[in-house]
Amino acid sequence: MNLQHVIDALQLSVLTEARDFSAISPSGGYASDLLSCVMAGTKKGALWITLQAHMNIVAVAALTEVAAIVITENAQPESAVIAKADEQNVILLSTPKTSYEICGALWEIGFR
Amino acid sequence: MNAPRPPTEQEKFGRHRPLTDRDAHEINRVEELSYDLKIHEIIAAEVVAIAPDAPLSDALDLLRLHRISGLPVVDEENLVGIISVEDILRALQNGEIHLPVKNYMSADPVSVRASDSIVEAIKIFTETGLGRLPVLNENKRLIGIITKGDITRGILRAVQHDYQEEEVRRYRASHLFEDIVSDRTTLVLRYAIQAGDFTHGGNASANIKRALLRLGANPQLARRCGIAAYEAEMNLIIHTAKGGVLKLEVESNEIVISAADDGPGIEDIQKVLQPGYSTASDQIRAMGFGAGMGLVNIQRTVDAMELKSAPGKGSKLIMRIAMSADDKKGAL
Repeated sequence: MNLQHVIDALQLSVLTEARDFSAISPSGGYASDLLSCVMAGTKKGALWITLQAHMNIVAVAALTEVAAIVITENAQPESAVIAKADEQNVILLSTPKTSYEICGALWEIGFR
Repeated sequence: MNAPRPPTEQEKFGRHRPLTDRDAHEINRVEELSYDLKIHEIIAAEVVAIAPDAPLSDALDLLRLHRISGLPVVDEENLVGIISVEDILRALQNGEIHLPVKNYMSADPVSVRASDSIVEAIKIFTETGLGRLPVLNENKRLIGIITKGDITRGILRAVQHDYQEEEVRRYRASHLFEDIVSDRTTLVLRYAIQAGDFTHGGNASANIKRALLRLGANPQLARRCGIAAYEAEMNLIIHTAKGGVLKLEVESNEIVISAADDGPGIEDIQKVLQPGYSTASDQIRAMGFGAGMGLVNIQRTVDAMELKSAPGKGSKLIMRIAMSADDKKGAL
């Protein structure tokens, strides 16, 4: 299942530049708001689900090479964060749902 | 009844579709090249021309022979016109192929100067719809013809050249250690980290990772160094009074990353090494830091870690990552 399917199925909004999301196949998911836990726990190519929206999530995502960040509960990153994400090739997605609901939905559509 | 046809891109947006940022990036380089490249750099060295008094049938023979669609008309080295396939077709229709070229040529053709940027030619092509333009030197003598194909080829060649230069730069970086002979070669990268500077948090680590990739390290090694450097960088931002220095030393068989600061120092080193132990404030925890996992992560990521600290003086964290032959595809 590619990232475009995920975006459509979970009705995520894309905050960063549009690109060919169907060429990206996330390998799984990881949910945490503690950056060090993400550093330690996430796999390369996974979707990272968090309600953090500040600048440092971009650095963490770039270093861990996650497929995209799903920012939950409508937490709104500042425009500087989005610009930095575009510069570092990090995809930011947003949803009004909670991290719990997003994890559940990902599990439902087959990310186990 | 036909359903209304959806508008084409051109109808919707005019001649230029809206550019995405990525397009803009690509186009900027091409635009830059269209100013950088001069017309004389991209045109063919030889020019085929015909005299105004020559019969149109000779012009047709020349066009056929050289597989071109137009010829400059030159009278004693002065450009006087241009004759194209379309002009000759008109002559054929009228049964006047035996007449001289001057009867059917376009006189006083628009021309460009050899020293102009190719963007001048692009402008004229766009404005007039012409397919070819004579190129004159500073003495107004004809030295060649420029076509849209010449421009495309010229730009492609320049882009290819850019690409090769980048390859060469990458090659040089990745063979740095072979090219420089010494008893012990070390590459040192230093980053000054400001206390409390969350906005730039992670920049130094990202630069470290990029540098290692450019030096030819394998991606797994670069990722490990990036993670260790990030945790050390954030520690300097969160826990020091005045920030500190993050340093990466690349040697032939290992990478040493160190973070040094001058305060406040650590009271109990054993405690800070315990998973989950944290002295971070609630405000810092709300940003997702202070999980008490930083040093634990580093320990898991690197091959050896050493933490020295004197309360009231400062701390120094040294992380070592060994390199196997597999890690060093390039310089490393």
